[in-house]
Amino acid sequence: MADTKERKLPAPSISAETQAYWDAAAKGKLLVRKCTSCGEAHHYPRTICPFCFSDKTEWIEASGKGTIYSYSVMRRAPVPYAMAYVTLAEGPRMVTNIVDCDFDKLRCELPVRLVFRPTDGGPPLPMFTPA
Amino acid sequence: MSIKGKAYIAGIYEHPTRLAKDLSLAQIHAEVAKEALEDAGLTKDDVDGYFCAGDAPGLGPMSMVEYMGLRPRHVDSTDTGGSSYVLHVGHAAEAIAAGKCKVALITLAGRPRAEGMATGTVPRSRGGTPTPDEPFEFPYGPTVVNMYAMCAMRHMYEFGTTAEQLAWIKVAASHHAQHNPHALLREVVTVEDVVNSPMISDPLRRLDCCVITDGGGAIVVVAPEIARSLKRPKVKLLGASEFIKTQMGGKVDLTYSGARFTGQAAFAEAGVKPSDMKYVSIYDSFTITVLMQLEDLGFAEKGKGGRLVADGNLISGVGKLPFNTDGGGLCSNHPGNRGGLTKVLEAVRQLRGEAHPAVQVKNCDFALAHGTGGSLGLRHGSATVILGRE
Ligand SMILES: [Zn+2]
Repeated sequence: MADTKERKLPAPSISAETQAYWDAAAKGKLLVRKCTSCGEAHHYPRTICPFCFSDKTEWIEASGKGTIYSYSVMRRAPVPYAMAYVTLAEGPRMVTNIVDCDFDKLRCELPVRLVFRPTDGGPPLPMFTPA
Repeated sequence: MSIKGKAYIAGIYEHPTRLAKDLSLAQIHAEVAKEALEDAGLTKDDVDGYFCAGDAPGLGPMSMVEYMGLRPRHVDSTDTGGSSYVLHVGHAAEAIAAGKCKVALITLAGRPRAEGMATGTVPRSRGGTPTPDEPFEFPYGPTVVNMYAMCAMRHMYEFGTTAEQLAWIKVAASHHAQHNPHALLREVVTVEDVVNSPMISDPLRRLDCCVITDGGGAIVVVAPEIARSLKRPKVKLLGASEFIKTQMGGKVDLTYSGARFTGQAAFAEAGVKPSDMKYVSIYDSFTITVLMQLEDLGFAEKGKGGRLVADGNLISGVGKLPFNTDGGGLCSNHPGNRGGLTKVLEAVRQLRGEAHPAVQVKNCDFALAHGTGGSLGLRHGSATVILGRE
């Protein structure tokens, strides 16, 4: 089963804390929040590090490379889609979708690369496709 | 301070309805409260502690205390989804041990069927101020079923768990449900039936999922001196624990649940171990939920849950670990999409010797009830209680 039909994606709600993330997405870039105190990157992004509670966090640009940690193809939807967690090369695992792929050939640990998909009136969503 | 032996479950009730078109939500809360108090041999005016969660209308305790005409001096509306009511049993025992109340009433009610809710397959935004996770999850289409499915997918990848092993969990539940006249699904199913049912979200099929039902239930937790004054068999609370498991800032691990922590803590408090349990009530939103929790609670090594649940080992009278003898959420009831309260109810029935004779465990002296609320694949609240017959 291939991903051919287009899903309508809702726009994410944006706060001042995450504005930069979505501004970057609009330019085709995926940002990750990294702590300069403990050196750990995290996702979803926060100003205060969830590992050491330092407020010394900054944006870094992700390479866009990752692997599928787990996935599930939602068959009971008007347009079936592949829900996934992708492990970014920078460390954190993020909730996302796998697109432009043969759903039946997906597997855990498959290498993937970053793509973006437009939303309904908002910034595009970072998603992944087999590398 | 420990809650061990400081509180007893004196009254229980499960609403027989599975489709409540003609009942209001508040009415179901009150009906189950009335029956659970009658089961205990107590009255509304004895209640001085009230517990409810997000299923209650309005601001929970305020609306329901007024509707039922209660006068509690202690209230708690902690909401950890479907596990809330297991957690409430522990909190009620804490409040009783601290002298804050003596008769604690816990209620649950829900009408997802009457309201035509698409429970498992449609992404839901909570509305209002978005939770901090929402922009990074909701637009991608997380549903109840696909997030649990991702746990199953990873479990299969890491440990070789099979669809047939998961299917045995539903098969066992169906063997029990055939004896429950109120169960939504009373037909005994086979492993073949489960693995050939329609795929919902890989690798979970329709029969890997729990039922969607209206209904409710109530629990009355009392101080030891109250329990001694009542005529019902005594079910003592021995241990209780709760935990919130999250995505841990991106270090998410889908292979285990918060039960890893609540089981250990509850067993330590109770001074017993998994092998002492004669019966277990395990939250069963999906087959994978049961398998992971059994591993995490210490009934099997991590990754070997598939072997534990296979070949009828969870069927009462057949296997070594009888579970969910009322048919559980997989076959009988999952009122309001919140299955924690009914887990406690069947554990109490087993300890009282009041389960259906066909599924009653002989000499049932120790039982465990465990709940998972929220989403196993996103963030969830776990709660465990260990109960003993006195
Ligand atoms: Zn840090």
